[in-house]
Amino acid sequence: MAVRDIICVACPRGCPIKVTLDDAGNITNIEGFTCKRGEEYARAEVTHPERSLTSTVKVIGGSAYVVPVKSSTAIPKELLFDAMKEVNKASINAPVHIGDVVIKNLLGTGADIVATNEID
Amino acid sequence: MSKVLNFDLVVVGGGPAGMAAALSAKDNGIPEENIIILERAERLGGILEQCIHTGFGLTYFGEELSGPEYAQRFIDLVEKTKITVKTDTMVLTLTKDNQVICSNRDDGIYTINAKAIILAMGCRERPRGALDIAGSRPAGVMSAGAAQKYVNIDGYMPGHKVVILGSGDIGLIMARRMTLEGAKVECVCEVMPYSGGLQRNIVQCLEDFNIPLYLSCTVIQVHGKDRVTGVTIANVDDKMLPIPGTERYIECDTLMLSVGLIPENELSQQIGLEMDPVTRGPKVNEMRETSHKGVFACGNVLQVHDLVDFVTQESQIAGKGAAQFIKGEPEPEYVYCKGINGVRYTVPQRINKNNAEEVKIYFRVANVYKDKRVVVTCNGKELWNRKKIKLAPGEMENVFIKPEDLKEMNAGDEIIVSIEEA
Repeated sequence: MAVRDIICVACPRGCPIKVTLDDAGNITNIEGFTCKRGEEYARAEVTHPERSLTSTVKVIGGSAYVVPVKSSTAIPKELLFDAMKEVNKASINAPVHIGDVVIKNLLGTGADIVATNEID
Repeated sequence: MSKVLNFDLVVVGGGPAGMAAALSAKDNGIPEENIIILERAERLGGILEQCIHTGFGLTYFGEELSGPEYAQRFIDLVEKTKITVKTDTMVLTLTKDNQVICSNRDDGIYTINAKAIILAMGCRERPRGALDIAGSRPAGVMSAGAAQKYVNIDGYMPGHKVVILGSGDIGLIMARRMTLEGAKVECVCEVMPYSGGLQRNIVQCLEDFNIPLYLSCTVIQVHGKDRVTGVTIANVDDKMLPIPGTERYIECDTLMLSVGLIPENELSQQIGLEMDPVTRGPKVNEMRETSHKGVFACGNVLQVHDLVDFVTQESQIAGKGAAQFIKGEPEPEYVYCKGINGVRYTVPQRINKNNAEEVKIYFRVANVYKDKRVVVTCNGKELWNRKKIKLAPGEMENVFIKPEDLKEMNAGDEIIVSIEEA
């Protein structure tokens, strides 16, 4: 049996969550979360940790050099640096609107890289 | 003779605080064509424009937004109204008879006569000069917020090997951002025995990337002539003095400072507003009215918030307060709020006892506490008593005062917020 102490990053509240695992690595108990997102986060954190990614992408012909972007959903944590390589290769033509897809299905994760600001 | 304009309400600052305050004043009955927002940057949005990480809006919108997305929600709302917005406009002076003197390239210097003014100028970062670090003055020493602008707005990397002094949230966010962009963040040094940032940022910005956080540790010297070549760090004792023998040299080309935020209150001081020495913002009542009639303050110019969601909520209160003032309200009768036993300050500092709605009192604690109670009393009567598993200086807390409790109080009474044993 093993106990993992986790700080939830789903929201700024940062709840301390305790996850108990049996010897086979199956979750037997989760406590300390205060919302559904927290429980989901804790479950993912001990099985396949995920993070959302935010960065910037080069803008061509716009009023700004770069546009901020985010992954539309969280992606596996171990893919963050590979994802950054894709993001740094990408560019988008102005005008850019919030929600514009810059990279579709990033590294096969199902998450898109989308713009999060308006650039003329 | 310079131009003179007349508005019911002048909002100084077009960030999240200013926009929410202006919209709230409109919703509370001030005609939109009688409201003006003055913003010194080229566009509305304030500091959110460079805060490209997510985590904004969970409380207010129930979704996780990036800073620019959160700002855009309010920009869209403002643009749908006839509220006047002047960007690229600097407020130079406030006068005691509620005149605002400002300037921009198109209009020159002009004066606005206001019935009410809302101060929403935000805050700025504490600079290196305030820290007394020895050493030369090479390039490569910058605040974390400046670095954030270089990377996220200007699109270039300000350094490749980074030491961060201070564990404020912007420093933590930048540790992750620089790492993702290929820089090596050597460490974060925090002079206090605990972090000043949110727990979640320690986890997702430092632990995720194996960036060490050294507590009770500071930078004592900056090395380098033209560019930073390294820093010397040392552990500090409980008086925050460096402990001899603990010095270590760390090679780096960049030192980022994330050592606190200071409300930007030069304008507030011009008209002699009564200031709170702890928050460094004006003292206000529950509607966020300052000591000067008709002048309100909200957002980070009043108290540095952890979350923009709370800035929005506070600014809506200020907007409503300004609207009530413009329409004419009876004289308030004040009770006063006071923090003791580890409660460093409260906002508001005073409350009109005739207020008909529940009042939220924000506060911060002076230390990390575990398993304590937050207790509020007035004249020996307990008004609030809640158990808290953890309290930390980096996380703002709040309590609520009910209108029926306020009604029972006498003008001049003290509402006392304290930390007690569980």
